[in-house]
Amino acid sequence: MQAQEIFDKLKEKFNDDILELKADAPSDPIILINGAELFNIAQFMRDKEELDFDYLVDLISLDLGDNLGAIYIFYSMKHKHRIALKAIVPKDNPILPTLENLWRTADWLEREAWDLMGIKFEGHHNLIRILNPYDWEGHPLRKDYVTPEFYHGMKVPY
Amino acid sequence: MGLLNRLNEPFEGGGIVLGTVEDILNWGRAKSDWYLQFGLACCAIEFMAVNAPHFDFMRFGTIPRTSPRQADFIIISGTVTLKMAERIKRLYEQMSEPKYVISMGSCSNCGGPYWEHGYHVLKGVDRIIPVDVYVPGCPPRPEALEEGMILLQKKIRHEAIFNKRKRIAEEDKKLGLNIK
Amino acid sequence: MGEKRKIELDYSQLDSERMRLNVGPQHPSTHGVLRLEVELDGEIVTDVIPHVGYLHRCFEKHCEKMEYPMVTPYIDRLDYISSMNNEWPFIMGVEQMMGIKVPEKVEYLRVIVSELNRIANHQIAIATFGLDAGAFTPLLWLFRDREMILAILEKLSGGRLLYNYFRVGGMAADIYPTFKEDVLAAISQVRKTNPEILNLLLLNKIFIDRTASVGILPADVAINYGCTGPMLRGSGVPYDLRRTEPYSIYDRFDFEVQIGKGEVGTVGDCWDRNIVRYREIEQSCNIIEQAINQMPMEGDVKEAFPKKVRPPKGEIYCKAENPKGELGFYIVSDGKNNPERVKCRSTSFVNLSVLPEISKGYMFADLIMILGSIDIVLGEVDR
Repeated sequence: MQAQEIFDKLKEKFNDDILELKADAPSDPIILINGAELFNIAQFMRDKEELDFDYLVDLISLDLGDNLGAIYIFYSMKHKHRIALKAIVPKDNPILPTLENLWRTADWLEREAWDLMGIKFEGHHNLIRILNPYDWEGHPLRKDYVTPEFYHGMKVPY
Repeated sequence: MGLLNRLNEPFEGGGIVLGTVEDILNWGRAKSDWYLQFGLACCAIEFMAVNAPHFDFMRFGTIPRTSPRQADFIIISGTVTLKMAERIKRLYEQMSEPKYVISMGSCSNCGGPYWEHGYHVLKGVDRIIPVDVYVPGCPPRPEALEEGMILLQKKIRHEAIFNKRKRIAEEDKKLGLNIK
Repeated sequence: MGEKRKIELDYSQLDSERMRLNVGPQHPSTHGVLRLEVELDGEIVTDVIPHVGYLHRCFEKHCEKMEYPMVTPYIDRLDYISSMNNEWPFIMGVEQMMGIKVPEKVEYLRVIVSELNRIANHQIAIATFGLDAGAFTPLLWLFRDREMILAILEKLSGGRLLYNYFRVGGMAADIYPTFKEDVLAAISQVRKTNPEILNLLLLNKIFIDRTASVGILPADVAINYGCTGPMLRGSGVPYDLRRTEPYSIYDRFDFEVQIGKGEVGTVGDCWDRNIVRYREIEQSCNIIEQAINQMPMEGDVKEAFPKKVRPPKGEIYCKAENPKGELGFYIVSDGKNNPERVKCRSTSFVNLSVLPEISKGYMFADLIMILGSIDIVLGEVDR
């Protein structure tokens, strides 16, 4: 199915929460959505017969200055089509619903996004750091991150 | 001329070789070093290649041990992160004396390519444990690691065992260092 | 302490005592610095909690600070066993953004070096898996054969392990005069020694007993967990990016996508994952043979080099089939010399997340086999 058809299908179901389709080559088509409705949209995309997105490829977290962004890439093993969803959340209150009950792979991907970018996933059963140590402070991939001087008595900068 | 060259012409007087106890102990120690089987990052793959038939690390008398208590030296083969640093320190402390450290690769020497922006990388393993031999390279070629091993053997060969502190202090005096 | 609390026990709730065991991060069978927290009931695994991040080298932070050509060496160090395959999706993504079309010769050269590296990767995967099972000889044999491939890649790029060979618009260096003969000799050597490994290890009775019907991963679970590569194909799903969404010139070659069929046990067990790797070595040999015969030997590999690598504003997700699965890079460019953001869809990270699911209920010794069959590289898990 082409990106436009997927967009129309989603628009039909969730009209106001689907904002925009960006499909200018060579970039992959991205559908901009309302982050609060992410779970319902994703569930619809997974369970609807002609969409059938059974494979969550990746979750990308972005720092957009005042906002944080999250891009979800989906693929369907059956229909062999892919689409990306993008949700934007404010930096001072970055909350998105979790998708770990739909795709189990979201468990670790969301923990990574929380660790490195600081996006909170509401409803995640165990939202703790995954790559950095558990007592690390700050979210390193944010643009305003400052490297700490010491960690457990070890000097960090060169 | 080594002993092996004279195998066909027997020693006079029953084949007794005289040497200091220290020399003989060091000779034995240098030729049978056991290392801790432990890999960290990219360098560990080259380290595996050194163990494999093409480069044959075991001809130096080294045998991998999986427990630090049985190991004579440890090869820090790869990037040391802050999360891992405390573990490495503990592993080093678990080894029994005398113990040696080979730092393999730029990352464990000084942080390597991650020296500038690596917020989670320890810039050099010598910030937490003492290092005897540094092997440069990213990753070092197997030959480079073998040379590092030869250097370590040389170091062990010439090491003081008896009255160590006194002798080291004398040497320091000669060099004009005032270390207490 | 305050006053003593009265403790009430509900004896009907008592279970046999569970033991918590810590494996790693310096355990020799964890393939690097992975730490597993295992809960055991006797000898049966009831829960596994992987703790990763012991090799977190801040890859994505480095990408933001480096110019595009300077990112490639860091990509080498992600999955340090198959560096050539790693570089490809990133370079391809930047090329697609800038609209560069690389010459035919470069495309063929890329296919050849990537497939050679795939063979080397699978050789290590099978060797270390054999080591986990207690077989030391296959490791020695496979490392002996691997040196021949490394020699070719070294002559091309100058590095034994980390190559930095792919460039935006071409390759760092042209082929050397005896390249074709060397590659053909390496292939015939691999083809000769491969059946030895099959007889020595994979069809060995002891090996089959330890791996058949162990760590079964059903296809739907594999897809839901996002597993790719031999993990997914071992479960019987023929998903291979070289075939499903052919990139570069993979549509020109004739090869079969290998899937696990459950020949000695159940579909999706540890043995299936390894036989898929073994057969992919043979398929890679086929691809290389076709490519080396079709490849134009004349021509300049540096022809399409751009003057300055500066992609226009935009974002792209570019993916390629790594030996371990789908490796993708999401590149966001804002028109400067540095990428705005690079996200790596790391194969091993996603594949490893399925470990708790497939290792419950097996013996502790089987856990080591299951972990070995996933074929992770910690540099890519932790980035």
